Amino acid sequence: MRETLMSNPWASDGQHAVQMKKLDPQIRVRNFNEVAQGYNEEQALHEAQRCLGCPKPRCIGGCPVGLEIPAFIRLIKEKKYDAAIRKVKEKNSLPAICGRVCPQEEQCQKYCMRGIKGDPVSIGRLERFVADLERDRGTNIPRTAKPTGKRVAVIGAGPAGLTAAADLAKLGHTVTVFEALHVAGGVLVYGIPEFRLPKKIVQAEVDYIIRLGVEFHNDALIGRLFTIEELFNKGYDAVFIGSGAGLPTFLGIPGENLGGIYSANEFLIRINLMKSYKFPEYDTPIRVGKHVAVIGGGNVAMDSARCALRLGAEQVCIIYRRSREEIPARAEELLNAEEEGVTCKFLASPSRFLGDEQGRVKGIELVTMKLGEPDESGRRRPVPIKGSETVIEIDTVIVAVGRTPNPIIQSVTKGLKTTPRGTIVANEETGETSLEGVFTGGDIMTGEATVISAMGTGKRAATAIHRYLLSKDKDCLNSQVFPHQLTNLKVINNR
Amino acid sequence: MTTLRLQDAPENEIPTTYKILEKEELTSQIKQVRIHAPEIAEKAKAGQFVILRVDDEGERIPLTLVGWENETGTITLIFQEVGVSTKKLGCLQVQDEIKNIAGPLGKPSDVKNYGLAAVVCGGVGTAAAYPIAKALKEAGNTVISILGARTEKLLILEDEMKQVSDEFYITTDDGSRGRKGFVSDTLKSLIDNKYHFDVVYAIGPPLMMRSTSEVTRPYGIKTVVSLNPIMVDGMGMCGACRVSVGGATKFACLDGPEFDAHNTDFEELIRRLRVYPPEERLALDFHEKAPGGICKCGKR
Repeated sequence: MRETLMSNPWASDGQHAVQMKKLDPQIRVRNFNEVAQGYNEEQALHEAQRCLGCPKPRCIGGCPVGLEIPAFIRLIKEKKYDAAIRKVKEKNSLPAICGRVCPQEEQCQKYCMRGIKGDPVSIGRLERFVADLERDRGTNIPRTAKPTGKRVAVIGAGPAGLTAAADLAKLGHTVTVFEALHVAGGVLVYGIPEFRLPKKIVQAEVDYIIRLGVEFHNDALIGRLFTIEELFNKGYDAVFIGSGAGLPTFLGIPGENLGGIYSANEFLIRINLMKSYKFPEYDTPIRVGKHVAVIGGGNVAMDSARCALRLGAEQVCIIYRRSREEIPARAEELLNAEEEGVTCKFLASPSRFLGDEQGRVKGIELVTMKLGEPDESGRRRPVPIKGSETVIEIDTVIVAVGRTPNPIIQSVTKGLKTTPRGTIVANEETGETSLEGVFTGGDIMTGEATVISAMGTGKRAATAIHRYLLSKDKDCLNSQVFPHQLTNLKVINNR
Repeated sequence: MTTLRLQDAPENEIPTTYKILEKEELTSQIKQVRIHAPEIAEKAKAGQFVILRVDDEGERIPLTLVGWENETGTITLIFQEVGVSTKKLGCLQVQDEIKNIAGPLGKPSDVKNYGLAAVVCGGVGTAAAYPIAKALKEAGNTVISILGARTEKLLILEDEMKQVSDEFYITTDDGSRGRKGFVSDTLKSLIDNKYHFDVVYAIGPPLMMRSTSEVTRPYGIKTVVSLNPIMVDGMGMCGACRVSVGGATKFACLDGPEFDAHNTDFEELIRRLRVYPPEERLALDFHEKAPGGICKCGKR
């Protein structure tokens, strides 16, 4: 570890962040081991020293769950790691996850004063450091508020649902999480690959929530097994819908249903949830050819491309219709992918897929694009150049052009208002829907977004649900603790 | 191996044990199991299916709900042992538990009183057709059933189908039982003779559903097929089960599994079902050569 610091000449000059060790691209591309290795104590202490401890910290405003960043970093500086993770968990029940997958450069770190002249403080890496340290030592479980006797049903065990469940449990409510898949975690288990977010870390965070007293009912697809109305009939006093943006978007061009064309969701579900990278030890197969094209430029596209390489593809090419500047993936993820050998074809868009006699894809016709005027998203609109069609030969395609809300609950719940794009209409601050006692958060409310923004909505909805339950029945609720008041809870060590 | 099992944190998990209470061999390869699954039994409707996972390493496989009993809290499934997953399932004995069952999934059949209904089914597809025939009968339809198989030994649910049918025909490809030929031939001769069907349900192998669909097409008879493409999650997430219906891409798990036969692109369905044979053989080989063979899975 000394070596790592020595080889990093910027380790302590204040302007540059302490680098985090990553697995060598040549080696990591042959396995699913976690790429980013995290800080050791020495590195964490060095990086923590870079925090200026601003009196009016701007970083907190950049965090969707309002983590008290300078406070937890100060505790790291003082080597009070238990206190540091406690400080983090006051606001964030999934820190080991957020420390890994949050786009910190767009959030907290964007506002860091250090960033004006040099690198911002690596807040995410420090968050990961204290979370990992705690997991290795044994997780502390905060004492929850006195039981209120109120029951809340949380639909979906993804980032929004897990956060809402944890906060509501801390407030003394009895919480059941209904998860449609056979394991809790949502996109954290089916979407994000092992090498970016090891599943044992997700499981540890879920276990923490279980030990807060939250009950999990897996294999329960709400809308089919129970309706929202039936949940109320079963005695739940409030419902939180966090069913996510689970539906894959396709391009809608000819040949898309040929064999060898996967949605990114299918590709990643097979690999991450069903562990097909361990086939035939695990029963779910996956077929990856030699020449793979990934359509799209987001983090899901990067994850898909990197999985394809690990499953033996010789060439993996990301095809994105805008230029490198507009690519929506995190810079870090694009870098990781390119380090591993993924190539990118910018300003290109598929116009049709070509198949062989067996109905398997063998090529893509691409149209060259140019950038026109900015569209409503503020990015320059890609415009096809007529007559620029070319064909590339490939045998596997992964379509990673976004996901839309899962429609099942909306389609069977009378009175639940939805938007034209299929999300649930809700008060952005509270997650209140058009139905009394029904709240929402995460991608099903906002459309496809990040893990942390989903957590933020889950957190705000939990506060609103607590207020709602309180207003309904003041006698039953002697606990009037709100999340921001949880700071003084005592911690009991479970080991 | 990373463990993802919630069972490791016992006190708060809702016990969902899917125990096998009865098991019956219908043919040498087709088996029937009755499973404890009260929540699913309460909600199941004709035409719906479940997705199950036999064990921790298991695939998620879709199986049609054949029966459900609210009183006993049980569901009945029928499956043909073809790949590793169904063979593993076939190894489970009474009192063994299935790891996960999610359901009911898919849209229920649009069952109403059409008048004269034909239920045409073949092979293990009869398992999916039976609850629909039963529901059609209960809704007041006159039900004519045509049950087919390659050979006599592969016929299943004969008595059950007979019970819910006003008229009942059997066909086998080799003539070992009933009429020699395909179910679609029998349907055609019924139509040509005297029957004015108001609806035809065709459930079985894709080729059989396609030929049945071609029989009814010239007559404009409403024809419904229940499709069984490759599925992974079964709740709209993966898109593996996409089928082209009337030129639009539909998800069998979400929009189906029942679709208008005359608008269904069967060629595409058949092609998409043929993706994984090499992997299936490899998996079978891997498990059969392992110590104890496939059935060790059931003994864990």
